[in-house]
Amino acid sequence: MATKASRAAARLMISPAVLLLLGWMIVPLSMTVYFSFLRYNLLMPGDNPFVGWENYKWFVTDPSFSAAMVNTLLLVGGVLLITVIGGILFALLLDQPMWGQGVIRIMVIAPFFVMPTVSGLVWKNMFMNPVNGIFGHLAQAIGMQPIDFFSQIPLLSIIGIVSWQWLPFATLILLTALQSLDQEQLEAAEMDGAGWLSRFWFIMLPHLARAITVVILIQTIFLLSIFAEILVTTNGGPGTATTNLTYLIYVSSLLQYDVGMGSAGGVIAIILANIVAIFLMRMIGKNLDA
Amino acid sequence: MGRITLDKVRKSFGAIEVIPPLDLTIEDGEFVVFVGPSGCGKSTLLRLIAGLEDVSGGEIRIDGKDATDVPPAKRGLAMVFQSYALYPHMSVRKNIAFPLRMAGMDKAEQDRRVDDAARVLNLTDYLDRRPGQLSGGQRQRVAIGRAIVREPAAFLFDEPLSNLDAALRVGMRLEISELHERLKTTMIYVTHDQVEAMTMADKIVVLNAGRIEQVGSPLELYRQPRNLFVAGFIGSPKMNLITGPEAEKRGAHTIGIRPEHIKVSDDDTCIWRGTVGVSEHLGSDTFFHIHMPSRDEPLTVRAGGDVDLYHGDHICLTPDEAHMHRFDEKGNRIE
Ligand SMILES: Nc1ncnc2c1ncn2[C@@H]1O[C@H](COP(=O)(O)OP(=O)(O)O)[C@@H](O)[C@H]1O
Ligand SMILES: [Mg+2]
Repeated sequence: MATKASRAAARLMISPAVLLLLGWMIVPLSMTVYFSFLRYNLLMPGDNPFVGWENYKWFVTDPSFSAAMVNTLLLVGGVLLITVIGGILFALLLDQPMWGQGVIRIMVIAPFFVMPTVSGLVWKNMFMNPVNGIFGHLAQAIGMQPIDFFSQIPLLSIIGIVSWQWLPFATLILLTALQSLDQEQLEAAEMDGAGWLSRFWFIMLPHLARAITVVILIQTIFLLSIFAEILVTTNGGPGTATTNLTYLIYVSSLLQYDVGMGSAGGVIAIILANIVAIFLMRMIGKNLDA
Repeated sequence: MGRITLDKVRKSFGAIEVIPPLDLTIEDGEFVVFVGPSGCGKSTLLRLIAGLEDVSGGEIRIDGKDATDVPPAKRGLAMVFQSYALYPHMSVRKNIAFPLRMAGMDKAEQDRRVDDAARVLNLTDYLDRRPGQLSGGQRQRVAIGRAIVREPAAFLFDEPLSNLDAALRVGMRLEISELHERLKTTMIYVTHDQVEAMTMADKIVVLNAGRIEQVGSPLELYRQPRNLFVAGFIGSPKMNLITGPEAEKRGAHTIGIRPEHIKVSDDDTCIWRGTVGVSEHLGSDTFFHIHMPSRDEPLTVRAGGDVDLYHGDHICLTPDEAHMHRFDEKGNRIE
């Protein structure tokens, strides 16, 4: 890409893809923005008058909105925390030479290939069910009262399920990063008198910084739109305890048939996601260059 | 102090014995070079001394104390790696100070030592840079700086110059030799380059497939190579090795004669005759590859820079009998 001619050629060649993607994005986006200014409820057929910011006002002042915001942040933050820390630990473990390494690695990756609805249901019915679930049985076996996960600690349970799904991704990225660390650096540090913890802290962790950034950026994008796990387990409840922004939009537009309100929520979600993205890029994006 | 003794040290990786039992003593303050072809186990031997690999048998003593099971950090040795192994996210200052910081030394003393090392190594202006912003030679100096601040009992170098270009290599070679003159600390230096070995060493250890072929000063190895391997390895260009009637005439299976010990002339009083092949003009010297009817390989001969001989010329060669090396069937030297 050094010469003017090659740059121009490059632009020309990627332009179809760019135009296609732009169209792909622009059409639904403008339709959403358009609907968000209409009173458009499927239960009230007839004309759909333009109502300005009314949908936004109702959406934002709805008490479930602030709950959904908090839940979204807790969900994203909680899962990020668990997957990054857990991912580092798993990566360190899998990096050790051990018997059956290949099989163990594949097994660790496996949860990533399970569909969100399936894993939500498996966790709900086979693990967290207070009567039939394994956790319930375990609790009873040691003489404790089984926990009813989805009514006592609903959000934490969802965070647990989603973390289980995303841990493999974090582990995989961090493991490859860890394996790209120059062994001589570790040996040099060892000769310099650094114990295992110091080597981890001063050599491995800085080396992983970039991979951690990638994990956080990619996961945040997906975690902001967690939906299936909530739908099949708690339906956003009890109350609004597990309603995140995505789920709230679903409730507005498909349970209350209020397309206008749902669209307004969608636009708000887009704006929030972009704010988060810019914020993340600013904060940790500088790890990516250099 | 840094007297290192290897007593029947052995190393195998799985079923492959890389280093058969080996004895070696390195005296305090000595500059010892391990030299040998690639894959002969030089790095492995160095890493055994450093403690980065466990020995499969035998004992390593440092200053008389058994260090076989002592962890690397406690052996009091510092190592400079071929890849430099600098910490890329730390500044040069932090890199050099790292071992001191790990030792829990106070900040003022750390700074003093880092500044001293930086002055010695001409790194003062670069202390705030990252390794990625330095040239190869500077990185090498940072790696050396990180080693000298620890004031180790001995330095271990693993092919430290092989990533540098030729000019820089000569410069760094001198710097490392000067450093040794000043510090008088034991240095063990691994290289596959016999020129580095000859120019830097007090004592050369020639390794071949994990075995020690010969130990001695550079000139000892040059003058009295104990066997064919050492004879062929030490000296540049390589010694000419001749078998057949010429060797038998002198009571040996193989005779060796270095290029610099053969005289070229165009009179008729000579012993061997040949035709000039490729010639390499270095200015000060010229190396001729002489084809002889009795040999497949050309004979290398050194002549002065102003000897005028051309491809195809027939010439006359006179080996210097006093500098002829004789070897038996097993390749061992006959005195
Ligand atoms: N970790 C290891 N596992 C198995 N074989 C090894 C290992 N390290 C080195 N070797 C083998 O030991 C031999 C000597 O290697 P090395 O000491 O690196 O040679 P040198 O430094 O002289 O080029 C080589 O044949 C190499 O393949
Ligand atoms: Mg090596």
